[in-house]
Amino acid sequence: MSNRFFKKIVGETNEYERTPIPGASLKGGKSFLGMYAGEHTAGTEFVIGPLFVAHGVAAGDLVLGLLIGNLLAVLSWGLITGPIAASKRMTLYYQLERIAGKNLVRWYNLVNALMFCFLAGSMIAVSATAVGIPFDLEMPTLTDWLPRTPGWIVTVLVMGAVITLVAIQGYNQVSKFANIMSPWMILIFIAAAIVGLAQLGVGSFESLITIAQEVIWNGVPLAGMSKFTIWHIIFFAWFCNMAMHIGMSDLTILRYAKSWTYGFYSFAGVFLGHFVAWIASGILYSVFLQANTASQEFAPGAIAYQTLGIAGAICVVIAGWTTANPTIYRAGLALQGIFPKVPTWKITAIVGGITSLAACFPALVMKLLDFVALYGLLLMPMGAVIFADFYFSKKMGFQYEGALNSKSDFSVPALLSWVLTLVFCLGLNFFYGVEIFFLGLPGWFVAVAIFVVLSRMKYPLAKSLA
Amino acid sequence: MKNLLKIGSLLGLLLTIVPPIIFFMGNSDLSQMKWTMGFGMVLWFVTAPFWINKTSQQ
Repeated sequence: MSNRFFKKIVGETNEYERTPIPGASLKGGKSFLGMYAGEHTAGTEFVIGPLFVAHGVAAGDLVLGLLIGNLLAVLSWGLITGPIAASKRMTLYYQLERIAGKNLVRWYNLVNALMFCFLAGSMIAVSATAVGIPFDLEMPTLTDWLPRTPGWIVTVLVMGAVITLVAIQGYNQVSKFANIMSPWMILIFIAAAIVGLAQLGVGSFESLITIAQEVIWNGVPLAGMSKFTIWHIIFFAWFCNMAMHIGMSDLTILRYAKSWTYGFYSFAGVFLGHFVAWIASGILYSVFLQANTASQEFAPGAIAYQTLGIAGAICVVIAGWTTANPTIYRAGLALQGIFPKVPTWKITAIVGGITSLAACFPALVMKLLDFVALYGLLLMPMGAVIFADFYFSKKMGFQYEGALNSKSDFSVPALLSWVLTLVFCLGLNFFYGVEIFFLGLPGWFVAVAIFVVLSRMKYPLAKSLA
Repeated sequence: MKNLLKIGSLLGLLLTIVPPIIFFMGNSDLSQMKWTMGFGMVLWFVTAPFWINKTSQQ
């Protein structure tokens, strides 16, 4: 009964999990613009902008830091991920399997899928803060880790079920959904900034500068929060999607691109979502703090509803949805690598269930900055491995796609690149106190270097006879 | 028909962004602005799905 139901809505979806995308299935630029704009104008934006306010970043540091960090992120997508995706046209998971071997990729896929589940779960939780408004649901606070009420759990589980139904229909449905929603969502974020500034008393350019510097981003962190500098903003903006660009997760999406340059289309996502939307949501939170000075409540849905009414609350739901959808889809593909014979739709349904359970815990929202940085860091070394294999195998004298060409199911260079890089990053954090936001950059170079050196030893190119 | 839908969608977007600007200029109250934005949202939702993805597919 349930199988028939799922098969009916899935239809004849072909996701090309283990074959390159054929020419007829390539997609034009509009599809990627909509996808990126929708994905990065998301539920997370309603959390990250306010957390910057809570961490006491100064107004000038925020604007300059976001401009620089977002530019670096677009360049990472355009120059690192896009060319490899358009050349290979394979999912991250299948590409990695050819380099690192089936057995190692199983572990990578498991970590990847879990991280995606938690991220999608946080998005569902954010959406639930809006869905719960008409039911007078008790909202989570900044210090909450566990669900407060059974009503919260029921709301989250129902939302998770609906979102999963859309996600199991594959990339086409996700893309269509994002395309429809993104123009309206972006305008809602801009509207939030305009209304918020009016409520804070901005009436001229001079008062905008004054209120931005002295009220919204006044450089003073809230009690119990660490101080953020311009470096935090630059590195967070650059690496909040580290798993997607230098971690290569977006190979899975960009393999559909007609041109390698479509990686640069990520500018639509980052400069609208990670600039306009973060600033707008920071303004919204500032309005909330002005009206509720002692409140510990942290509910993006309620905050948006207070300023923008029903349109604001619905936007929070949709914004969470358009991020959760592709994230669940990606998690499904990750598990596909472990269970290749199980249909994608069935795996996505299971992933949706795990995601919905994770969403019950508000800690995913309250610790989002740290979680986003951690999940990117955990996955990044394998992106560095793909990069090194693609660009350095011939130049540095080792066999490309080492596991495939040596008929091995396990690549020691890839494993050690992953593990030793994480050990190196952990050491930087533990012994030198380097914060998690700054570990990705040195870690990427370490991963590339370890993989190249060990691959030359393990998979050297046979010297040709003169 | 498609042109009518597109006009409806455009109107929906205008009703989403113009009321906040009018509110910012002090020419409407918050409640009025919220209701107008809600109407714009409904207009977008009932018109945009019928032409946005159709255009992409073509």
